[in-house]
Amino acid sequence: MSALLEVDSISVSFDGFKAINNLSFNIGEAELRAVIGPNGAGKTTFMDIVTGKTRPDSGDVKWGTPPKSLLRMNEAQIAREGVGRKFQRPTVFEDQTVAENLTMALKAGRNPFAVLGWRPSRASADRVADLASEVGLAAQVARKAGELSHGQKQWLEIGMLLAQEPRLLLVDEPAAGMTLAEREQTTALLVRLARTRAVVVVEHDMDFVRRLNCKVTVLHQGSVLAEGSLDHVTRNPDVIEVYLGR
Amino acid sequence: MTRQPFILRNPSILVVLALLAVFTVTVTALSQAYGSGTVPTSTVKVLGKTLCLALAAVAMDLVWGYLGILSLGQMAFFALGGYLIGQWLMYARTEGIVAASLAQNPIPPTPAELQEGVANQIFGVVGSSDLPLAWSFAHSLPLQLLLVLAVPGLLALAFGWLAFRSRVNGVYLSILTQAMTLALALWLFQNDSGFRGNNGLSGLQNIPGLEAVDQATLSVWFFWASALALALAYVLAAWVVSGKFGSVVRAIRDDETRVRFLGYPVEGFKLVVFTLAAMITAIAGALYYPQAGIINPAELMPIASIYLAVWVAIGGRGRLYGAIIGAVVVSLLSSWFTGGRAPSIHLPGYTVNWVDWWQVALGISFVLVTLFAPKGIAGIFDRLSGILPPQRHGRDLGPDQGALQEQEAKA
Amino acid sequence: MIRPLIALLVALCLAAPVAANPALEAVIADNLEGIEKPSRRTVEPLVSRIAATGPEGLELLSAWANRALGVTEDGRLLIVEGGTATDAVTGQPVPGADPKMLRPNSGVRGVIESALVAGEIASPDPARRAAALASIARDGTAEHLEALRTAAPEQEPALAAQRMRVTNLLAIRFDPDPAARVAAIEGMAGDVGLDFRAALNPLLATTRIAAPAEPQANIARELTVGDDDFPREAAIALLTTQGTLQPRLTPADQRNALAANIVDGAVGGIPVADLSDQAARDRAYEALEAAGTVSPAATEAEADAAIKAHRFFETYAEPNSDVTDAARAAQTRAQVRLAAMTGIDLGLDALSLASIYFLAAIGLAITFGVMRVINMAHGEFIMMGAYTGYAVQTMIANRTLSLAVALPLAFAVTFGAGVLLYRLVIRHLANRPLETLLATFGVSIALQQLAKNIFGTQARPLTAPAWLEGAITVNDVISISSIRVAIFVLALLFLGLFLFIMKRTRLGLEVRAVTQNPGMAASMGINPDRIAMMTFGLGSGIAGIAGVAIGLFAQVTSELGQQYIVQSFMTVVVGGVGTIWGTLAGAGLIGGLSKVIEFMNPANTLAAQTFMILFIIIFIQFRPRGIIPQRGRAAEA
Repeated sequence: MSALLEVDSISVSFDGFKAINNLSFNIGEAELRAVIGPNGAGKTTFMDIVTGKTRPDSGDVKWGTPPKSLLRMNEAQIAREGVGRKFQRPTVFEDQTVAENLTMALKAGRNPFAVLGWRPSRASADRVADLASEVGLAAQVARKAGELSHGQKQWLEIGMLLAQEPRLLLVDEPAAGMTLAEREQTTALLVRLARTRAVVVVEHDMDFVRRLNCKVTVLHQGSVLAEGSLDHVTRNPDVIEVYLGR
Repeated sequence: MTRQPFILRNPSILVVLALLAVFTVTVTALSQAYGSGTVPTSTVKVLGKTLCLALAAVAMDLVWGYLGILSLGQMAFFALGGYLIGQWLMYARTEGIVAASLAQNPIPPTPAELQEGVANQIFGVVGSSDLPLAWSFAHSLPLQLLLVLAVPGLLALAFGWLAFRSRVNGVYLSILTQAMTLALALWLFQNDSGFRGNNGLSGLQNIPGLEAVDQATLSVWFFWASALALALAYVLAAWVVSGKFGSVVRAIRDDETRVRFLGYPVEGFKLVVFTLAAMITAIAGALYYPQAGIINPAELMPIASIYLAVWVAIGGRGRLYGAIIGAVVVSLLSSWFTGGRAPSIHLPGYTVNWVDWWQVALGISFVLVTLFAPKGIAGIFDRLSGILPPQRHGRDLGPDQGALQEQEAKA
Repeated sequence: MIRPLIALLVALCLAAPVAANPALEAVIADNLEGIEKPSRRTVEPLVSRIAATGPEGLELLSAWANRALGVTEDGRLLIVEGGTATDAVTGQPVPGADPKMLRPNSGVRGVIESALVAGEIASPDPARRAAALASIARDGTAEHLEALRTAAPEQEPALAAQRMRVTNLLAIRFDPDPAARVAAIEGMAGDVGLDFRAALNPLLATTRIAAPAEPQANIARELTVGDDDFPREAAIALLTTQGTLQPRLTPADQRNALAANIVDGAVGGIPVADLSDQAARDRAYEALEAAGTVSPAATEAEADAAIKAHRFFETYAEPNSDVTDAARAAQTRAQVRLAAMTGIDLGLDALSLASIYFLAAIGLAITFGVMRVINMAHGEFIMMGAYTGYAVQTMIANRTLSLAVALPLAFAVTFGAGVLLYRLVIRHLANRPLETLLATFGVSIALQQLAKNIFGTQARPLTAPAWLEGAITVNDVISISSIRVAIFVLALLFLGLFLFIMKRTRLGLEVRAVTQNPGMAASMGINPDRIAMMTFGLGSGIAGIAGVAIGLFAQVTSELGQQYIVQSFMTVVVGGVGTIWGTLAGAGLIGGLSKVIEFMNPANTLAAQTFMILFIIIFIQFRPRGIIPQRGRAAEA
């Protein structure tokens, strides 16, 4: 199986502190992967590098077939390539309605003149309505995003990600601040999404990861400590030491 | 979802256009040239200039209220527009005068002699007699009109490209725009920059080819032109900020990083809006200075651009009509108070002379507006239409900075 | 006991004129006519003869030059001083005399004075010798050179060196022997004094000549027509001034000639209406030339031929090539050393400018660092400080004392104003930096107008104490005014104070904590509001001090702050926010850069500022966070 994303021995340091140290990571076209690791393991920095927010000091990030490097692209170009990212804190545009938020995220021409000439169609309106009901916000379409509850914002953001139709989805701690029911809903959604695209979930919560039932990558001090099924990695003595202390 | 034409979705456009039309008709009916003469020509000029300032304010609102860039260099484009149209006005008029005086000679002048005479007439005041390269197109009105749009547009494009590309934003960007206008002003202040140094361009109220038309009539014509430009620009601006483009622009204002992760080229959007605003501002300037009659580099000093921001803030930013209200109200009040016509206030022991105290009052009222009415005068309309924004005084609420949910704080 | 007595006697002998000076008497008798009606050309030998007769002669010359010499009807010369007249020869008072006063013209007086100066060189009084040397250095002649060379050796080392220098300078200009002149030039090589350079300049002055062949002259170089410094027009102009070439016709001359020869609405057969074209005018003029109506003018072909027939040279006025070679070498060395010294001087200037920017910007930088807020009224706080200084000066006459009072008072006043501004406005606009910027701008225009209403629009002087008024001068090139040194010291002082507060005090610790992470600092029990208020007050207070400092060398007006505010912004932006070293680097960069640009284009300070701002805009492209950026994740948010 050819890899969709191939992270090849990247390193990055901030003021001498090595946040990522010779990290390599692959993910296939339709795969669900959980990335776990203690605080400071480099999970968020890893996402920053893939999405173009941070440039690595060395190494390469290759994307798709034929593989091309993501390092020469900026955030927007990478997003247009099909990398979607959900932030830890829900970031939606509070001053705009749910419909506007979703419309903005819809897959369409992104350059300013294309946007200026863009007119809503029956199809786009239907798509927005579908997305809204998929994330349970059908009743809130006309409300401003800022008026939604925290959980609803999380869902709106997920809806926006779906609207983007990414080939790779990077999800940063999706379960944070969610009720148990919402978590279950989220896991189901992620598993379903992973059938058609690659999904990388960064998470602290072991129960959540267990429910995802997928391959797990453990990061520690900026490099991969262990990789495999959750049961496999939790038996790894290195992982136990890192998580439980010596 | 059915789509209505965008004008119907934005009823404020119709209201603004109607008010503008009523205003134009009223002023025309009261003018000396076409009506009762109740309104003197000088007042018609002031009103025409005010419309131009309102036009510049609309452009400022696009950049600041919608895109979130507090540009403190917007008047650079305004003055550039004035300079570029002034070049033609001054050249063509001087050419007429010089041709008339050279016709007295026994030998008819050669084109070179004519040009030399014009250059001497225009640049004698800064001790030069050569026509600078920047005046190469001054003889042609169509070319110079093209430059009115092209030069400020290209300047905005170049400056914006440099600034946005390196992701300078917030206060830094404001300071940088201020630096831009200051640099331009200082350059124009030099005698050898080719724009007559601090003398500026003058006599712009005389339109070449229209010598037979008196100023009373001309002033009304310019008033009409200004009103028309304002109406067109208002509709254009309203169209741009409505729909998906407006949505993206406001999103950039609120969180440009997030917009990037949606795949939008943020810099491109900023450039489009910044350049468009610069060109609108330049048109405003090109209409303003023939009514003012004179332009000099002092018009580009940073303070002028800050005043523009003040008008938009007082009027209410993020609302296009707010910008117009602010510009009209504050600039008319300013000229009334500083014109010496406002009655002094006699306090025991001290007389408040408004010429001296207006600036103080303006400064203080500006602070008060920023503190207590951040939405400006347009906020009143919001209130009337029942939109009650939460009063958070800028403080954080809930998990997100700037969340709109007031009740979260009460829990 | 004996020695003072002898000294007294000698003094008496010198003071009391000898009863008679026969030599002087004889000279006067022989030349009375010449003394009464002197002429600049002929008076010189006479003056030398009078000077040679001794002290009485010198006294007479001095009186003559001062127009205090009169001649009686019986041909005696009297020196009239105050109301009393004394006989120039005997020194005896002549009561009741009514001499005809002599009024020599300035040329004659110049000759007399130069003779006197030569005599003064030998004076026993060192002060008079020094004065004489200074006078010669100002306005020396060939005679002075002679006098200097023949004078008795100077004993005072300083005066000896000075005399040596003056002698060399005169030798360069006046010595008839080229070898001696070369030696003098070489003896002074490396000197950068203005006088030395002035002495070299006439030696190296050149004139351009056109000649068919190489002339017999000291040739500096041969010129090639068409070079940058010798275009074709210059060659033609040179040939025209030498008379080798007919003057070329200017368009104006041509037009006038044509206008003067209009016959029946046509010139040379070409209708007047067609003459709006240069080619038609040329044809008309040629027709007139052919008819002999106008004088022929040089044509292109003639000009070309003349240029071809000549070679062009730059020749020295000085005939001896050894001298010019030596002078050129000396000038080059002087220029190199001069460039180095100008560099040092520029560095000093830049340093002082940087200190001013540093003082003006540091308050802005710390408030921006702690609160992410740009205070547009910062410039007005500077102005407020300057006006405080002025107000104190009107109350305390002693300049030093008033300055000593003004500095802390200005700090207190602006500190108070800053705290007030913070409490009333800025804390209510937390997290809205752009609105804070605008609100403080409102404060700025209100304060400016308020200052105008209180102090008027005219500039108010803030005079520095006398001990700050001079300049520290190293040589002709390097000098720096004392005020600027004082400001530099002040800036250093504040840098030290700041580092101390930030690194060694509780307040500094809390300020740094709030700068890095306000939320965390608040949860540690630090009151960010109080810290912000303190830093705002502190920043404003320093602006007040900067205002007093700036007021000392600039006029105090209500616009004073505006002149510095943009540069202060630039300093903060370029330097990087939140570190004092960043501000220092920014101030250094901006101060240095503006001086360098100013130096490269001294005539045009406006252009210098334009380039400066353009540079900053470009600079931000490469280091958007300034020279010394804030580090860590906090800076990325």
